[in-house]
Amino acid sequence: MDKFSTHVGVPVPLKRSNVDTDQIIPAVYLKRIRRTGFEDGLFAAWRGDPDFVLNQDAFKHGTILVAGPDFGTGSSREHAVWALQNYGFKVIIGSRFGDIFRNNSGKAGLVVAVVPDETVASIWEYIDANPGQEIEVSLVERRITLGDGTQIDFDIDDFTRHRLLEGLDDISMTLQHEDAIAAYEASRPTFKPKTLPAKVAN
Amino acid sequence: MGKTLSEKVWDAHVVRRAEGEPDLLYIDLHLVHEVTSPQAFEGLRLAGREVRRPDLTLATEDHNTPTLDILKPIADPTSRKQVETLRRNAADFGIRLHSLGDKDQGIVHVVGPQLGVTQPGMTIVCGDSHTSTHGAFGALAFGIGTSEVEHVLATQTLPQKALKTMAVNVNGELPDGVTAKDVVLALIAKVGTGGGQGHVVEYRGSTIEALSMEGRMTICNMSIEWGAKAGMIAPDEKTFEYLKGRPHAPEGADWDAAVEYWKSLRTDDDATFDVEVDIDATTLTPFVTWGTNPGHGVPLGGVVPAPEDFESEVEQATARRALEYMALTAGTPMRDIRIDTVFLGSCTNGRIEDLRLAASVLEGRRKHDDVRMLVVPGSARVRLQAEAEGLDKIFTDFGAEWRAAGCSMCLGMNPDQLAPGERSASTSNRNFEGRQGKGGRTHLVSPAVAAATAIAGHLASPADL
Repeated sequence: MDKFSTHVGVPVPLKRSNVDTDQIIPAVYLKRIRRTGFEDGLFAAWRGDPDFVLNQDAFKHGTILVAGPDFGTGSSREHAVWALQNYGFKVIIGSRFGDIFRNNSGKAGLVVAVVPDETVASIWEYIDANPGQEIEVSLVERRITLGDGTQIDFDIDDFTRHRLLEGLDDISMTLQHEDAIAAYEASRPTFKPKTLPAKVAN
Repeated sequence: MGKTLSEKVWDAHVVRRAEGEPDLLYIDLHLVHEVTSPQAFEGLRLAGREVRRPDLTLATEDHNTPTLDILKPIADPTSRKQVETLRRNAADFGIRLHSLGDKDQGIVHVVGPQLGVTQPGMTIVCGDSHTSTHGAFGALAFGIGTSEVEHVLATQTLPQKALKTMAVNVNGELPDGVTAKDVVLALIAKVGTGGGQGHVVEYRGSTIEALSMEGRMTICNMSIEWGAKAGMIAPDEKTFEYLKGRPHAPEGADWDAAVEYWKSLRTDDDATFDVEVDIDATTLTPFVTWGTNPGHGVPLGGVVPAPEDFESEVEQATARRALEYMALTAGTPMRDIRIDTVFLGSCTNGRIEDLRLAASVLEGRRKHDDVRMLVVPGSARVRLQAEAEGLDKIFTDFGAEWRAAGCSMCLGMNPDQLAPGERSASTSNRNFEGRQGKGGRTHLVSPAVAAATAIAGHLASPADL
């Protein structure tokens, strides 16, 4: 995973609540077997609408999504994160997120910056007044800086921030503790089920 | 101070705990399907890693599979490739896979309990948000993304941040015609789609204890629809009875040791929850959704709400948009809403008890001419069981289509989809825009309401017939 420290880009206002992962990418787009090529499925049901925010010139090349509450609820599909990344998004700002979506983002390298509801509204206001103007998101400082100099602190848990800043691979980190895993395995009760050898009913 | 059920299960799985880091939890069972696993296996290959515990892993084909002509090659080439990729991955990495045509194929959350690999006190994960279903057995079960799928395949563990605990206390006898599905839809309407975020919830109380294992699975299944990380129910005699004799249930001395352990998992009397929610079951009626998220539920006897009924501006905007998408007018009685398609199935309501309930309503009646009805058993074994009981005959005599097992129209990834503008009454779990097909309009209902609706042609309960 690439290290993330600071990103400067155009913020895109998505003024809707409860944008679930089916809206981010519908199921029919989930059939690919690699992590790339999902950008066409991003917000697929809305992309045909010329008024949709990503179809407006000021926001076409946006890289920071400023979302309404409860973004990324529903299905666990990490394809939602990949679709956002494949399109070009680096950061999602919002007040509340689906737990699995937020987890998936942290694993895949998409920064989820949590701010209060009223802060989202104020960023939307700023974008409405300055469409297409870049803002800065610093993971080091946990701070968003608007084009007019306004600074906004955001939340992200310490451990995810640390991993993103260092570009650490979770699996390698865990495998450093293989002894602890093996010791735990040796202590598991014998009644815990195994799937192999397979047993089936008649 | 005592511990809750979820805390007991969590603590029993901590491989490593370190200051400032998430706990590393051991995973007892990893369920795998074709849609969220290909990139995980690709990652393993690229890193030269093996699957650490194929014997704690189980795969099935469900999301992307057809429910007609299941033994022929899958018509859609990208769907076919995804299923073939799972078959190759399972073969290469030594993972047990139940493929189309196999008696144990089916929706992953129906197959696990049926085989008895879902047991109390376990940690269970799957690249699917409805993994919470397994919590009905007192397991800590939750959905994960594909990066985490890869992590579990490689290490059989997952780093997990500490969670808060919540109790949902449901007490009293359910009125006639009110099912587990109505309980959970009423709960979500009360707490909202984000109400459970960051929490493991335990469903408790006399109503929950009185439910069958199938009903408990229906409730735990929809935990994710109000944002909870997982939903759990304390194991009891019903749980043990359900498991005894299942292919992978413990036997002999192991069974006795297991039951003794399972009995110790109940939340201690002096344990406390971070949040508690109370529901009086005696006041509940059949519940249905009108809008585009599972929190948009109202009693079947109610009306479509107006945007002004919602507090925040954002919620009002969402309601306005939902009314437009659903082509509904505020104030319309829910019973006046005409339905084109009835879908009976899914990991929420595709088990044998659900099919029996629907069949009992339909038997001897005729389907409304303007309605098509799809009956999709949750697993191949549910289908076989239903056929042994003659339920398939009741469905087909009624005029419904009797299909092979899978996720089907719940998410419309296979050919079972709504056409644009088509309206369904669906026993599944999500009424999101386009969930069952682009432009499709979904009303979530119980199996009883689904069956009555197929007869009446509009949203209805068996009592209305």
